Amino acid sequence: MMRFMLLFSRQGKLRLQKWYTPTSERDKKKLVRELMQMVLARKPKMCSFLEWRDLKIVYKRYASLYFCCAVEEQDNELITLEVIHRFVELLDKYFGSVCELDIIFNFEKAYFILDEFLMGGEIQDTSKKSVLKAIEQADLLQEEDESPRSVLEEMGLA
Amino acid sequence: MSDVVEKTLTALPSLLSLDSQPGTGKLSGTSKLGNLIRNIAELTSKHDEEKLIKKELAAIKEHVSSPNTTLRQMKEIMVRMIYCEMLGYEASFGYIHAIKLAQQGSLLEKRVGYLAVSLFLNESHELLLLLVNTVLKDLQSTNLIEVCMALTVTSQIFPKDMIPAVLPLVEDKLQHSKEIIRRKAVLALYKFYLIAPNQVQHIHDKFRKALCDKDPDVMAASLHIYGQMIKENPEGYKDLTESFVTILKQVVGGKLPVEFNYHSVPAPWLQIQLLRILALLGKDDQSTSELMYDVLDESVRRAEINHNMTYAILFECVKTVYTIYPKSDLLEKAAKCIGKFVLSPKINLKYLGLKALTYVIQQDPNLALQHQMTIIECLDHSDPIVKRETLELLYRITNGQNVTVIVEKMLDFLRQSKDEYTTIDLVGKVAELAEKYPFTDNNEWFIQTMNIVLSVGGDVMQPDIPNNFLRLLAEGFENETEDHQLRLHAVNSYLSLLEKDNVHVPQRFLQVISWVLGEYFFLKAETKPEVVLDKLGRLLDQSFVTSETKGWIIAAITKLSSHTVCPNTVAEVAQKYTTSLDTVLRQHAFELKHLNEDRDLIRRVLPLDASCEDIEVDTSLSFLDGFVADALGRGAAPYKPHHQRQEELSQEKALNYEPYGLSLPVSLSSCSITGRQSPTGLSLSSGLSGNSTEMGPKGGSNSLKLEGVRNVWGKEGYLPQKETTAEGTLQVLPGHEGPGTEESAMENASLQPDLASPTIPEEDQEKQQLASSLFVGLGSHNTLCLMGKSENTSQRFRRKTNKTQESSNASEKFSDSSISSRSTVESLMDNNILENTSSEQETELTTLNQSSNQASEFQDSTTPDGLLNGGEREKQDMSSDPSGQAPSLFTGGDMVILQPSCAAAENEQPPATRPPPSLPTELSQLAHSGVQGLCSNESIAVSACKIYKDDSVVLVVFITNKSTSAIKDIIVRFAPTELKVSESTSHGFPLLEGQNTANCQCSVLMEKPCAQGALVGSIAYQAEPEKSSELQFSLAFALADFIRPLTISTEEYGKLWLAFSNDVKQNLKLLSDAKDPLTATLNALKETLQLHIVDIIGTEGIVACQLLPAIPCLLHCRINTGMLAVWLRSPSPDLPDCLLYQCQKAIQKL
Repeated sequence: MMRFMLLFSRQGKLRLQKWYTPTSERDKKKLVRELMQMVLARKPKMCSFLEWRDLKIVYKRYASLYFCCAVEEQDNELITLEVIHRFVELLDKYFGSVCELDIIFNFEKAYFILDEFLMGGEIQDTSKKSVLKAIEQADLLQEEDESPRSVLEEMGLA
Repeated sequence: MSDVVEKTLTALPSLLSLDSQPGTGKLSGTSKLGNLIRNIAELTSKHDEEKLIKKELAAIKEHVSSPNTTLRQMKEIMVRMIYCEMLGYEASFGYIHAIKLAQQGSLLEKRVGYLAVSLFLNESHELLLLLVNTVLKDLQSTNLIEVCMALTVTSQIFPKDMIPAVLPLVEDKLQHSKEIIRRKAVLALYKFYLIAPNQVQHIHDKFRKALCDKDPDVMAASLHIYGQMIKENPEGYKDLTESFVTILKQVVGGKLPVEFNYHSVPAPWLQIQLLRILALLGKDDQSTSELMYDVLDESVRRAEINHNMTYAILFECVKTVYTIYPKSDLLEKAAKCIGKFVLSPKINLKYLGLKALTYVIQQDPNLALQHQMTIIECLDHSDPIVKRETLELLYRITNGQNVTVIVEKMLDFLRQSKDEYTTIDLVGKVAELAEKYPFTDNNEWFIQTMNIVLSVGGDVMQPDIPNNFLRLLAEGFENETEDHQLRLHAVNSYLSLLEKDNVHVPQRFLQVISWVLGEYFFLKAETKPEVVLDKLGRLLDQSFVTSETKGWIIAAITKLSSHTVCPNTVAEVAQKYTTSLDTVLRQHAFELKHLNEDRDLIRRVLPLDASCEDIEVDTSLSFLDGFVADALGRGAAPYKPHHQRQEELSQEKALNYEPYGLSLPVSLSSCSITGRQSPTGLSLSSGLSGNSTEMGPKGGSNSLKLEGVRNVWGKEGYLPQKETTAEGTLQVLPGHEGPGTEESAMENASLQPDLASPTIPEEDQEKQQLASSLFVGLGSHNTLCLMGKSENTSQRFRRKTNKTQESSNASEKFSDSSISSRSTVESLMDNNILENTSSEQETELTTLNQSSNQASEFQDSTTPDGLLNGGEREKQDMSSDPSGQAPSLFTGGDMVILQPSCAAAENEQPPATRPPPSLPTELSQLAHSGVQGLCSNESIAVSACKIYKDDSVVLVVFITNKSTSAIKDIIVRFAPTELKVSESTSHGFPLLEGQNTANCQCSVLMEKPCAQGALVGSIAYQAEPEKSSELQFSLAFALADFIRPLTISTEEYGKLWLAFSNDVKQNLKLLSDAKDPLTATLNALKETLQLHIVDIIGTEGIVACQLLPAIPCLLHCRINTGMLAVWLRSPSPDLPDCLLYQCQKAIQKL
């Protein structure tokens, strides 16, 4: 089971964090800091896997963004790497050639996609199409929902 | 609907992609989040960022609390708050608004609300309580998206004790028509299973349904649950092996729809999950492993496309092949796969190859030889992770020949590593290897290696490393001279280490050094002990040495000083540390000082080289007996064990600060002390004080007494009774005894006569003082008079003591009778309830109840009630058995349903009369369940009956030969499950004549508490010669079957409560329609679950029971805002959970 997933930039700015086991705020901050330091210090040709405390860390860099997952002892590192890749694919498909800025400015969307893709630390949907379908279904309702309301609101505000 | 969605979807991406181009659309201008992000990006210093965010948060705070903020604005604000939190700034003021947004918002707002909640709150946050209703509402919504959101959030942050609230709804979703809902429900249940396995135990059947779901994703989701369950109990799911194999075959064969492919690999996630499950099932089990050889072979064969994903599958295959029962050609193929990994130029694959090698190396050491060149290369790899893994591999293949090289490599790595975790791990491994092969090179090697371990490992390493080292050194190995050499080396190396100025070594190492020097300094004859002493003395003055280490050093100095002629250093050290603030050091220093003054003693106490000699220790400390007796004689308080002191402490708290009954330990312990024993306690303590007999009958004493009682019993409790107790028997009490002394005085009951006398001198003194000040200068006459007086007093005092003892006895008696009378009341109440509800009750439970009534000692006085109870039961039996014959056996409703189905159709005999003759008479007297048919065919029928003994559950299995010819070689076997069948697990009958019934008995125990367990067994027999048949059967047992009342007193309960560590709290429904809801509910629970109600005090009740054979579980129940707050404690970690579940079920049924 995945314990947590972090997205951070090359400058060490956290972009997304998802924790699948209860962790206190203090521990979270400590973990994020230590992990970022460790991953950022690694050279490009190095192995994508780390053993860290009792966890296995799997990370991959896409452009300026690091995707970093912590999995448990019995988990398969390579498939975790593919989980990251699949997530990137999903983001890419949703945003249309995704870049770091998309995730910075629409991080809540990225969370929604992640929630649709992983649940409770396990991959819940293996087919790319249905993940996006679920997201877009929700988005769609959002759009339909939004437009009449916003007009009314603007009127009300004016 | 999906068509519409599909169409819109095709149009959507263009829209979305347009929108989300960086710098355009949504991102530009108006968005406040956009502004915030951009502003932050422009800042250069952390300080500025902090200022900006603080400002932003202040604005947000103002905004959220304003009533004019619309939900839509709130949504936007929430996103900004999430952003601030991600940057590490707390926005806790907004948490409540996140919950509100999830509660009140329309879909899109709700989605953000839920997201914010799941990011802000963790499982222990108290605000989560407020979310439960929202989640409940959304789970029942007709809108799919709302249901999805609710399921997602339950799987993320739901705490253990809130799961029951949503569980039924989530469970319902397993039957939902949409696969996405079913899938999410399964995953939510998986999460629940991880958090609280017992709470989802009853839905195991539904998991099976999910496994058979037509949608592959739902099935895949259920595999997570199965993976977990099989990991915990592989034996229980062997029957599913074939199903898993079949599924894997289909996946590997490409039978799934193409959309499940990932880079043209069919459903890789599913494959890996299945491979993992197969590994768990096939481990150490040849027959199960054989089922999967084919599919594993196929998986390995198919995974040949060169993509990361196939490597992932291959890796899992290798792991599985090496985990299950080995098959040579599969192993060969797996070994080849490992080769592919190891030789791959890709660093990730190489790393995993090393890992795989590490995994299999013990089974197949040759594999390491094949790849030795690669391993050597990896040992000098630039990536420390690869290096580290190579060392791990080498560690596994270490032997006497290569140990020095490998350890050297490990030490090299250690010197460079900065990661604490790695250091701890590696240091442990090096130490282990060094200890395993201490003489490989020469003696120095061991010592030198350990020196590096101790200095590098420093104070982070496991504490057993230095301890083991010292033990090894002290105990030695086989060879006396080598041991000697080893120790000498150690002494030498430590002395030279201390030679250097400013040595900075870790504390642990210093401790080792000082112990070794203290113990073995004499081995180095050329160095005088004074020199060593001097070095140690200097070490003591170093500022970096902790006081713990100083203790070790002083101990070493003490040992050294026994063999020198008292040099100044020793005296100085002793002098200096006798004034140390550290008590341990002071203790050491005083010991040193005294020993130093007595040369004979020091030689006797600290002989040379005797660390391994056995020391005789008098564990009972009998040499202190005289001292203790003396002290007690002088009126000292007797020793109290820790738990008792704690109890008293909490009691004092209860009296001082707590008004009444806030939590159990507090009210309970106070009740255990003052409630039951205070009459005796107080009366005894009067013996202690005894300074004024006149004070006795005054009302003040009573009022104190009553205060204590009121604290415990509450307004409607047993207060009136106790009041009379106090008034009736304790009239001669002095008024000023604190509650703290009561207990000790009470414990001292046997010493009482002795206690009385030592108080006299005090009294005398006071009086003499008074006398001397009053009658000063009046001459000898007065002294005489005074003497006489004092004797008089003591006599009076003695008399009074006797009297109080009498009265205390009386009060004891009284309280006994009050207990028994109360239990009568209780049981009467039971019977009332019984009468009221008996028509709906299951007979099974009534019989069980009766047996427990007989068992409980309180019921002795209530035999009439017991009879009444029994009579009631019989009446009920009559009515429940439709055949009208009411043999004691056929009391259960089960039988009526189950038995005739096979019997009535084929047999002329009336169904109910067949088995009874075979029930042993001694058992038919006991409480038992109905006879339940387990399995049958045309020739044989198996049925069973549970007998509820006080100390066990006995299962009587009846085997009936339905045919007319004899059946041979009948063997009944039980398979091991969570239930344990004691004695033998199989019973055989060589011959059973036609139309006959045989029976066998075995007692059943629940090994590990669980809500429900199945006893699985089989019966093999030969109906025709040479043709054996077999039938399977299973019988469900509930936890309640194994629960018996635990008859204890309130005091015992109090002690036990503090001793147990595993607890669970939960609110249960209260039977609110009854007059006294607490009593009614507890009695209902008592009836269904065989609990023992220890006491009911006001709005609190304490209940005890045990799981056979003897695992106690205590319940504390309190009425809390219309609910019954139950708090369970037990020494077993699982029992409270399971029992709670049973209580829930029992209350639901009512």
